[in-house]
Amino acid sequence: MNDSKAGSGRWAAEMEKNTIVLGAWTLAWVLTMAVAVFGPRLIWGSNGTLSLIAILLNLAVGFGMIMANIRHLKGLDEMQQRIQLEAMGLSLGVGLVVGLAYSNLDVVKFITFDAQISHLVILMGLTYATAVFAGLRRYR
Amino acid sequence: MKNRLKVLRAERDWTQAQLADELEVSRQTINAIEKGKFDPSLPLAFKAARLFKLSIEDIFQDEAAP
Repeated sequence: MNDSKAGSGRWAAEMEKNTIVLGAWTLAWVLTMAVAVFGPRLIWGSNGTLSLIAILLNLAVGFGMIMANIRHLKGLDEMQQRIQLEAMGLSLGVGLVVGLAYSNLDVVKFITFDAQISHLVILMGLTYATAVFAGLRRYR
Repeated sequence: MKNRLKVLRAERDWTQAQLADELEVSRQTINAIEKGKFDPSLPLAFKAARLFKLSIEDIFQDEAAP
């Protein structure tokens, strides 16, 4: 490979940039979520206006994170996109099927505690991470 | 699908990372293609063919073909 062609690195640089931008949006979303959750408890008490503003801000930043994620996914190469597609399909399916079954168990009092949305988020997150790891191993 | 990517790359003394850079994919994807674990799309196959100045058939062969 001649030197003028080798190592242009544009694709890799773009990938890195997309990943950093996604990380920044995700961090911002987590922080605004923390403000929306802990703000009423620790800072402004029962002020409904501030709570609504915090929730709307969290929602707006959340949409920004979604757009950054789409840009990140579009920037991946075709094998990485396939790994992500399989992982997202699996986490969505597992979340839906297990989440609804879990909710039904709560309805018929088969579990002694309340089924929380956070349990579903943890389940989907773990499923997604496991599926990405398995996908990366499969093509290694 | 079989391919001669590794041989063609070695003939030119290119690393997987250099080839990945030229084809705008990750090094892991080049590794998976060379090992036959991942079949590239037609656009990526054309891109590789253009890079090596060969036809697609010179690089990729259908294993099911007689």
